[in-house]
Amino acid sequence: MEIGYYPGCSLESSAKEFDVSIRACFTKLGVSLKEIPDWNCCGASPAHYLNEELALSLPYRNLIKAEEAKLQKILSPCPACHSHLIHVYNEVIRDPGLNQRLKNIVGKEFKKNSVSKHLLDFIKEDIGMERLKESITLPLKDLKVACYYGCLTRLPDVNIDDIENPMIMDKIIEAIGGEPIDWSYKTECCGASLSITRTEIVLRLVKPILEAAEEKGAECIVVACPLCQSNLETRQGDINKKYKTSFKIPVLYLSQLIGISQGINPAELGLNRLIINPTPLLLEKGIFEK
Amino acid sequence: MSYPSNSNIHLFRNEILNLCKQDVAKCIQCGKCSAGCPISPEMDIQPNQIIRLIQLNDREGVLRSNTIWLCASCETCSVRCPEKIEIATIMDILRKLSLEANIQAGEKNIVKFDQIFLDSIKKRGRVHELGLVIRYNLTTGQPWKDVHLGPIMFMKGKFSLLGHRIKELERVKEIFRLSRRIKSQE
Repeated sequence: MEIGYYPGCSLESSAKEFDVSIRACFTKLGVSLKEIPDWNCCGASPAHYLNEELALSLPYRNLIKAEEAKLQKILSPCPACHSHLIHVYNEVIRDPGLNQRLKNIVGKEFKKNSVSKHLLDFIKEDIGMERLKESITLPLKDLKVACYYGCLTRLPDVNIDDIENPMIMDKIIEAIGGEPIDWSYKTECCGASLSITRTEIVLRLVKPILEAAEEKGAECIVVACPLCQSNLETRQGDINKKYKTSFKIPVLYLSQLIGISQGINPAELGLNRLIINPTPLLLEKGIFEK
Repeated sequence: MSYPSNSNIHLFRNEILNLCKQDVAKCIQCGKCSAGCPISPEMDIQPNQIIRLIQLNDREGVLRSNTIWLCASCETCSVRCPEKIEIATIMDILRKLSLEANIQAGEKNIVKFDQIFLDSIKKRGRVHELGLVIRYNLTTGQPWKDVHLGPIMFMKGKFSLLGHRIKELERVKEIFRLSRRIKSQE
């Protein structure tokens, strides 16, 4: 199976390990990823905040590039990128006038033959739990995992799962041999880009999320968003300093945990790029051999 | 007894309705949006109050607030509103109206960040994260902000030093040139 791939800007730098681990575990699943040629940034929240037509036309160009490359499905690992791509797709179907306007801005018309899917969508619908389970050689041995979704299920046009109590990541963790914990902070907001502009707000928001995960016995947190990962992991030191706490809980990408359970070499999954090293935990649990 | 017949009292409500198809007149002031909002402690006007002020036609009061800039677009308010008002969508249009009206933003640095971010896309077609953070820090006069994270992020390969420039950059520049801040209603 060949599908389109839209990594987005974060996966080129701060979330490189999300990119490499997705590529590695999809290869194991027999899916080959073809990057959209010469893709551009989706505009992220700044375009959305400052310029309405820009927020629509930047993703529109990516849809055209995917369509020209005959890529009907596009895997977009970043929830925000995915939300923008799928929103524009739905809007132009709903409103032909908008399609005309965006065609005038971007210079070409999107014929609606390419559609974005998030990683969770794709695993659920296109790969399926059975095929995922068949690829597992190193089950996670009841590793206690807090599945953190953040705003993922609420984003416009995403429709992946129940909004207030999503379970799809929990089911994936179960399928690969882990033990998802039952907790009530899975959809609390991480503060997103306020991490740069109003850092103290993000520290205030992330602290109770980490506390809740630890309280329920989580040994690590798993995420499917580059911004969630960065806010939950990179800011732990700042939280410890400000609130005199001692958090040091690994925050992994879902694709990294899947890759580990598929027996993929840790270096190929970018585990060495995580700031809080999960290897001691994985050794202790006997998932990695000493 | 007579009621005021001034037809202008709904101007702001009608403006929002036209621009984003959200009708604040449906709001019953239950307060769920503010109760669930993760950023409400830092907001000078609570989300339900913003909706009330739109009903009351207080355009300037709303557009001057820091609320519209602090909103993280987490969408909790929108999905919980019993009247199905998309409050986060209203926040989006309010930001643009405040820029149109040239009102001093309640959170200057957030606007700065967004502008630098878009500038990065205009120059390369993609965002260069390291360049973005450095430029933001310098522009806002806080050069040492988060510098303590620099060494570890560098060691972990989380910075791409040069960043990528797309081939069809001219097309992206054209997109920037033609895109209007508020969607054309043509």
